[in-house]
Amino acid sequence: MFALCLLPFAHLTADWLAELGALPGWRSSLGPEQIHATQLRTGLWTLRLLAITLAITPARELFGLSALAKYRRMLGLFVFFYVAVHVATWTWADAGFDVGYMLEEVRKHRYILVGMLGFLLLVPLAVTSTKGWIRRLGGRRWNRLHRLIYPAAIAGTVHYLWAVKKDTFFPFVYLGLFAVLLGYRLARTVLERRAPAML
Amino acid sequence: MIIRRPDDIPSSEITSEAHYLARREFIARAAGLGAAFVGATLLGACGTRDGAAAAARGGPDSAGATPLDDKPNSFEDVTSYNNYYEFGTDKADPKANSGSLRTRPWTVEVAGLVKSPGRVAIDDFLKPHRLEDRIYRHRCVEAWSMVIPWRGIPLRDVITRLEPLPSAKFVQFTTLLDPRQMPGQQRNVLDWPYTDALRLDEAMHPLAFLATGLYGKSLPNQNGAPLRLVVPWKYGFKGVKAIVKIAFLDRQPATTWNVAAPNEYGFYANVNPDVDHPRWTQSRERRIGEFRRRETLMFNGYASQVASLYQGMDLRRNF
Repeated sequence: MFALCLLPFAHLTADWLAELGALPGWRSSLGPEQIHATQLRTGLWTLRLLAITLAITPARELFGLSALAKYRRMLGLFVFFYVAVHVATWTWADAGFDVGYMLEEVRKHRYILVGMLGFLLLVPLAVTSTKGWIRRLGGRRWNRLHRLIYPAAIAGTVHYLWAVKKDTFFPFVYLGLFAVLLGYRLARTVLERRAPAML
Repeated sequence: MIIRRPDDIPSSEITSEAHYLARREFIARAAGLGAAFVGATLLGACGTRDGAAAAARGGPDSAGATPLDDKPNSFEDVTSYNNYYEFGTDKADPKANSGSLRTRPWTVEVAGLVKSPGRVAIDDFLKPHRLEDRIYRHRCVEAWSMVIPWRGIPLRDVITRLEPLPSAKFVQFTTLLDPRQMPGQQRNVLDWPYTDALRLDEAMHPLAFLATGLYGKSLPNQNGAPLRLVVPWKYGFKGVKAIVKIAFLDRQPATTWNVAAPNEYGFYANVNPDVDHPRWTQSRERRIGEFRRRETLMFNGYASQVASLYQGMDLRRNF
């Protein structure tokens, strides 16, 4: 599973090495706009892995696939890894580490603002992902904190939707996907609250 | 900008200021490239595209508008990274899907307020003109740019030959509508067929161009074959591709992107670093092949030639 999550990054690394002429025999698939391709790819893998992370709970509860549960934390960390590469590319290649420019961009453009918001929501989750932090916070509080992944998923998808020029087909596919995954949790909570009354 | 003619310049053609400046720019650029070559050699191992570009980067030339490092993008870049929604919305789609387009026989319809409206076979349409090579910067509204060596004919020569009536104030260009040849038209991403237009005085500007080729070859389908509008001081979407109709009108027509998103894409669409797209910045752009973004220039660096067209206009409102 670890290797599987690393595969898109390995592919990206290979493509970049090929772009720099350091990997003979490998044909880069980044195209002429390598930076944009890198941002698009890391952004999409963030959303994909986020969707898979959020699908584990329903898979466990609906189909009894409890074996997946142990991968959830690692998947979440990979979500953070890809979004960190995504943000780093922007910071470096687009903004040239110019903090003033970055703040101005965040202020002026809502797609960057909402994307940054989603990223910042994931930071505390990555920080508290260790066993030590789970113990320190206690399972209940840790779980509550980690519900921040829900607004982060929405922020990430809206970021994608607002960044796209015209063809919004795929952003809506992801929006639909997250609506189902979050809707499932909402429905479950509502049903659980009603259940005692029905007994 | 570079204007190069395959043959001698006829004596009737007095060198215009734009041509004169272009010549100066050419000399400056040649010197810049020489420096780049030396620079790249000296840089040795790190003398990649970025190294050469950095070495070539100098101050603005005496015209005050144009940086010196306008090295054309490779044929591969120019023909494999395209926005042409008639063949799909991904940048790689046009190259992959435009093989189905047949560019001969091809008919261009001349319509509206013009001396003799009618339909002409493309080769007859082009015959009276001599092909020119022009290297233009190309700035996409999505904030990336390229430098492209086009081949084609000045739009003003075509318009002069067609003799629009005095009442004509706008020129409208229309792309072919044929969902079988253009599979992207099977989805309603835009309101097909694609149209865009220029004010007649913009269209008569010496920089406005009708391309029939690039890199000295005939235009690849993904770049707008067989006939494509090039307006280098405007965002790329103004460059209507696969033109089947040129219409002269007395009032400003609706344009495809303006209809699709009126607050995002205006009629003028002049490259302007001070007027952002509502969703993203226009102050910087990525030149394809470069790592860092570069500053976007007013009117895409052609301000000294075209700014007078817009004197007294509020460019923030007329975006």
